Amino acid sequence: MKPKLFQFDTLSLHGGQRPDPTTGARAVPIYQTTSYVFNDSDHAAALFNLEQGGHIYSRISNPTVAVLEERIAALEGGTGAVATASGQSALFLSLLTLLNSGSHIVASASLYGGSINLLRHTLPRFGITTTFVHPRDLEGFRKAIRPETRLVFGEVIGNPGLEILDLKAASSIAHEAGVPLLIDATFNTPYLCRPFEWGADLVMHSVTKWMGGHGVALGGIVVDSGLFDWEASGKFPTLTEPYAGYHGINFMEEFGATHAFTMRARSEGMRDFGPAMSPQNAFYLLQGLETLSVRMDRHLANTEKVLAFLQGSEDVVWVSHPNLPEHPDHELAKQQLPKGGGSMISFGIRGGRETGAAFINAVQLASHLANVGDAKTLVIHPATTTHAQMDAEAMEKAGMTEDLIRLSVGMEDPGDIIEDLRQAFRVARKATGGAA
Amino acid sequence: MKLQVRGVETFATTGGRPFVPEQPTIVFVHGAGMNRIVWYLQTRYFAHHGHAVLAVDLPGHGRSQGTLLGSVQELADWIPDLLDSAGVAKATLVGHSMGSLIALESGARHPDRVSKLALLGAASKMPVHPDLLEAANADDPLAYDLMMDWGTGPVGHFGRHPVPGISLISGGRNLLRMENSGVLGNDLGLCNDYQSGMESATKVSCPTLVVAGEVDRMTPVKQGLKLCGAISGAESQVIAKAGHLMMIEHSGETLATLKGFLQAG
Repeated sequence: MKPKLFQFDTLSLHGGQRPDPTTGARAVPIYQTTSYVFNDSDHAAALFNLEQGGHIYSRISNPTVAVLEERIAALEGGTGAVATASGQSALFLSLLTLLNSGSHIVASASLYGGSINLLRHTLPRFGITTTFVHPRDLEGFRKAIRPETRLVFGEVIGNPGLEILDLKAASSIAHEAGVPLLIDATFNTPYLCRPFEWGADLVMHSVTKWMGGHGVALGGIVVDSGLFDWEASGKFPTLTEPYAGYHGINFMEEFGATHAFTMRARSEGMRDFGPAMSPQNAFYLLQGLETLSVRMDRHLANTEKVLAFLQGSEDVVWVSHPNLPEHPDHELAKQQLPKGGGSMISFGIRGGRETGAAFINAVQLASHLANVGDAKTLVIHPATTTHAQMDAEAMEKAGMTEDLIRLSVGMEDPGDIIEDLRQAFRVARKATGGAA
Repeated sequence: MKLQVRGVETFATTGGRPFVPEQPTIVFVHGAGMNRIVWYLQTRYFAHHGHAVLAVDLPGHGRSQGTLLGSVQELADWIPDLLDSAGVAKATLVGHSMGSLIALESGARHPDRVSKLALLGAASKMPVHPDLLEAANADDPLAYDLMMDWGTGPVGHFGRHPVPGISLISGGRNLLRMENSGVLGNDLGLCNDYQSGMESATKVSCPTLVVAGEVDRMTPVKQGLKLCGAISGAESQVIAKAGHLMMIEHSGETLATLKGFLQAG
């Protein structure tokens, strides 16, 4: 007997939504409203007391945003989700829901530069510190854990080094220490890897990237597996002790491990920090999400073709992608990302920094900008842009080199992408006197 | 709220309000493989409206210690001990699925301790599909998916949980997964073995409401109505489009139904 639950592609289109009961609208309506009329004073009190579900104010929740949240929670296999204005605010919300001054994080050193800045420079001002460990140094993760450690954090596919974090091992290390594993799954999306199936406890995304796919709307989300026992850990008073900021509610007692994190993140984080996603953006992101699997398949197919071109190009010193057998994590990638290792390619251009800059200036189809995961092909030179605020030590830890070009392979005709790269190499070579 | 029942630490939520045993008390009893959490969209209302609420984790479930009990009858006999530990003389029992059997049996065996019964997703017998039983006994995640498939009505499969951002199917699946090894298998075994529903129904003398989900595939409406017919003076309510897990899937309608019954008279 097999369960007849909706599968991934169906959930991408329908999860969290039924046709609008008032109008019959098939698409998810954009509820562009700040607030919601209460039926009466009892209804208002019931909503504030969390006696029943519903919306009060769009900083806390919104019907359009809620569809996106529920849909992504379903796609990840999580119990609930909270969407935010950006990926960075999703990370901030995740951390601040769990941590206090004095808390410590063990994080992969191969993270989005903005995340590294938050952990390395900003959070220490508030008493939260981080030890960074190379994502392949699992023993280093274990050694970095201290009594005050409250979280292990990493990305499935590291940025920009494209290292693959061993999720099963990392989650075991975290769980042995009684702390959860938070994964930034932006580069893989749930179509390529669902981190909860590998032991992660919380997943966050910049949904601005592949999830939306169109590059028109910012957004972030944090999803809870509902499988981490905060009570047994004993290290998370925000979830296991009465919260004076909400009538003394104890989130674990009331909502259990299943929903305690999500309810606290919304009740406190969205209320107090205010990183709400706009309903308009949620609508745009839902449009993208509807075609996630179709788009990801095209991204992967194009990536294979671009990889083959780069590997054969004399203008390229090295190419890194988890699909390549010579990638150090290739075998792990095949397990965790069986459909493919995503559409990010890192490569080193012959001639180093100067040629790299010329190459970036010469691309015509690919866009030079600070984003990834667009339907359009994007290129960037991380050392001078996304990771420019990192110091030399952090750059080295993240495996950054000056010749590194980061390519986000889009969905254009693959021949056109390759031709653009070819002509940009040629122009860069001539401009810098290269002889490749 | 931690209680000592038969010397064993037992956990129950009180709906976010201090437990006052002098108030009319409602005990919520969860179904197979689940715990107190399934009731949060009903308990908090009653706790904020003049009732003492205990949404209990049955022995060996959720945060309650102790070993799993071996029959519906044993669990029914455990209820008076729970009431004793909470200082409550008599309570309304609201039970779902396996919890409805426990409540029914309690009403029959301990009429002096039960003031009203609300039986949700109820039937006099609850035979369990052998594939589900086998998967549950093996702690196979297939059991969680089967539970959520059969436990949710057609509209529930799409989601749109009443609480923003909550996934109904994944939430239920992981709730089941969080219970200890063997819990779901034990509970489904109890349901499967239970045969005395009709006999017990004839012994119930307190006001009783049977709540059925219109499209419940685990305890179909006609089974719920049959049980209702065997209980003297019992009422029934059918919640439109609801599956077996109506208190989650159709939480508002379930609450309204319970309010109408529990706050009357």
